Amino acid sequence: MSAAVTEGDTTAGAPSGGVVVRDILKQFPGVVANHDVNITIRPGTVHALIGENGAGKSTLMKILYGVQKPDAGTISVDGTEVTFSSPTDAIKAGIGMVFQHFMLADNLTVLENVVLGAERLHGIGDAARAEVARISDAYGFGLDPDMLVERLGVGQRQRVEILKVLYRGAKIIILDEPTAVLVPQEVDALFDNLRELRASGHTILFISHKLDEVLDIADDITVMRRGQTVGEADPKTATKKQLAELMVGSELPSPETEESTVTDHVLLALEHVGVVDDTGRPVLKDITFSIRKGEVLGIAGVEGNGQEELVETIMGMYRGTGRITLDGKDVHHWDTRDRREAGIGFIPADRHKHGLLLDAPLWENRVLGHQTRPPGSNGLFITASDAKADTERIVREYDVRTPSINTNARALSGGNQQKLIVGREMSGDPVLLIASHPTRGVDVGAQAAIWDHIKRARREGLAVLLISADLDELIGLSDTIEVILRGALVGRFDPQSVTPQELGSAMTGGGDA
Amino acid sequence: MSSSKILRTLAQAILAPLIALIVSVIVTSIVVSIAGASIGDFWDVIFTVPTHRNWVNITNQSSMLFLAALAAAIGFRMNLFNIGVEGQYTLAAFAAAAFAGAGWLPGKLNIVGALLVAMAVGAIWAGIAGVLKVTRGVSEVISTIMLNAIAGTMIGYLLNNYGNQYGQGRRTTPIPGSSQLSGWTPWSAGDGPIWTLTILAVLAGVTMSIVINRTRFGFDLRATGMNEDAAVASGVKVKRMVVISMLISGAIAGLVWMPALFGAADYYGPPFQRALGFTGIAVALLGRNRPLGIFFGAVLFAWLSEQANPLSLVADISPSVVQVTQGVVVLAVVIAYEVVRRWMAAYEQRELKQALGTEVRA
Repeated sequence: MSAAVTEGDTTAGAPSGGVVVRDILKQFPGVVANHDVNITIRPGTVHALIGENGAGKSTLMKILYGVQKPDAGTISVDGTEVTFSSPTDAIKAGIGMVFQHFMLADNLTVLENVVLGAERLHGIGDAARAEVARISDAYGFGLDPDMLVERLGVGQRQRVEILKVLYRGAKIIILDEPTAVLVPQEVDALFDNLRELRASGHTILFISHKLDEVLDIADDITVMRRGQTVGEADPKTATKKQLAELMVGSELPSPETEESTVTDHVLLALEHVGVVDDTGRPVLKDITFSIRKGEVLGIAGVEGNGQEELVETIMGMYRGTGRITLDGKDVHHWDTRDRREAGIGFIPADRHKHGLLLDAPLWENRVLGHQTRPPGSNGLFITASDAKADTERIVREYDVRTPSINTNARALSGGNQQKLIVGREMSGDPVLLIASHPTRGVDVGAQAAIWDHIKRARREGLAVLLISADLDELIGLSDTIEVILRGALVGRFDPQSVTPQELGSAMTGGGDA
Repeated sequence: MSSSKILRTLAQAILAPLIALIVSVIVTSIVVSIAGASIGDFWDVIFTVPTHRNWVNITNQSSMLFLAALAAAIGFRMNLFNIGVEGQYTLAAFAAAAFAGAGWLPGKLNIVGALLVAMAVGAIWAGIAGVLKVTRGVSEVISTIMLNAIAGTMIGYLLNNYGNQYGQGRRTTPIPGSSQLSGWTPWSAGDGPIWTLTILAVLAGVTMSIVINRTRFGFDLRATGMNEDAAVASGVKVKRMVVISMLISGAIAGLVWMPALFGAADYYGPPFQRALGFTGIAVALLGRNRPLGIFFGAVLFAWLSEQANPLSLVADISPSVVQVTQGVVVLAVVIAYEVVRRWMAAYEQRELKQALGTEVRA
């Protein structure tokens, strides 16, 4: 459990950019996001920070980039202690960050995107163009400064993001789960770029939970679990199994399902469902599957392969081709509200975007999505007292940590917001639950509780469509697993026998991953 | 916990407007002194105790400002910027005056008919913008501004072709005597009456307050305003909501000038009061789109305009300087609310941390 940290070698010669993090503590209401965090990043290395979703990696990264201030602890860059009150300070100290979700303007060129906000460095004319071209050539990015970003693929966009931080003079580059959005070939290309950067003296902090990649690229590995750094590993000697054990810890509850509760009663059936996006590109292709009462169907896939569209099509937020039946009834002409009233519960992947009214009290959030039925309303009027009473129940049963049901949803930590949503969507006896990443960003205890609630509902005949990036969660909860790749279902697995490696291979389109 | 919640709500309700008022008093004083007038004289005039006559005027004016602001606020609550209250109430006022003037219905029934016409015309005029938005993706800001211009031109055309010559201008046929409302005269006849239809402001305010805060429709409307994506995921048909809200907003806008029409004007013509729709937008901002806030905002604006009248005589400064005050109040309120909201959010976070602090390290 103790952090086996060795003193950092900040006296090394040519490469600069060593970062030492000591005893960082960061609390959010209800959750300690980071405590006892200690990392020593040697200059000129690729340092991997690994941990499960919700282990506190993002918080640490935001602290390093000046987005959030730690409650305690110190950060030193090249031996000098620094305090960042904004990302501007971090950039000045030579720290740059590439976010998982790109922050690029599609209708601008590569050059314009890079220069935007850094006009003082090299102007916006030929000097800037020369500098962009120089960086692009130096590290083998192969970017045309005058190409519109909207024409670039995901891998190229990521290189634009990296170029942006290099242009601003970053010596230390933080990459937040850079491979989550990439296909295997792009991952290889990214790693080549990273090796180039390392060779030229840059320091890279690489955040991931994919062990293969980490072992492939990293010089040092730090493992985080439940908000703290729990150990370090040498990628030359460590095995995936050891890393996984460090990441997961022994006390992690596993989402083992008990005996099958699958019945013969088909509740949700999709037949040849297809969806095209605004530009006419197919995002879902010929999806056919069914879920029976008491069955959990897991969908595995790299994010962005059509999971969101699949969920939103079933919820009626997207209109597609093909046929969807709920309990035998064709739902093509039903809108979202009809589908919800028919008993579909929906845990969205992005709780802030689709799940909550952040500036409304918890009890009003209880009503959201259920505003046509008791206890939320009697059809015409909102029944505040009933809704409040039921919110109290959810707060109790789902252990939502909040001072009051009149607190605004914004004030709660992500995990507690998620528990509220799960509690809400399990209310009113749903027949089908669509759960997108139901335990993302919640602490381990809450995760176990959410799993228990899903398992209990499944025993009572609930049909569940489970989408998750956590393969252990998928394997542990599902009765069947389908793999989605580029909008199509490409493989069906039995969770009893499948391994995460087999799933990972199918998710990336074959054995080459 | 609940007492602190009440305290917080109170602080938020009082603190922000108070800060805003103080800021606008300071800014106005600076403007007045730059204009070369005496600051003391200026505030003396503004804060003179209103005469009976002033009180009547303030009440009448407030009712119309309140309706205009309420119309704008309904759109604002779901992020719809209905800038077209101006055109909606002008066109509705014209249509209602023409309808009532024709005298197709007897007595008081004529008034009811005219009110319905006003609401329908306002609703249709706003509804055009709503339909354009959901079917063609036209921003309601642009379309309502254009509809304002079209309304003005259209009224001019109709008055020229179908109106009566009256003095220098043209007007609609005056309303028959049996359909006029005398109002309530609390003091002497010389102080004038409080118009009967100021009651419309009270009725509309109470109704909208219930609809927005207590009904499912109001919940859908507020949810759409707070987070459209979440509202869609919860089953709200946002396009339908856009059209319905624009219709309601327009219908209320249609009522704006009705107190004056039946209480004093008797026809649509030259003394018609313009710009109530634009002022209403400012009052809605001032009142944070809440009926009670809008009420205070409307009274404040009406007070300032009414009290400013003798400024040129007493303080040797143009009464329009109060428009500076009105503008600054709105700006200051918007900023002050945001500042206070942030304080409160930080306070809530701290409170939450305290309340839960003991168990987190478990």
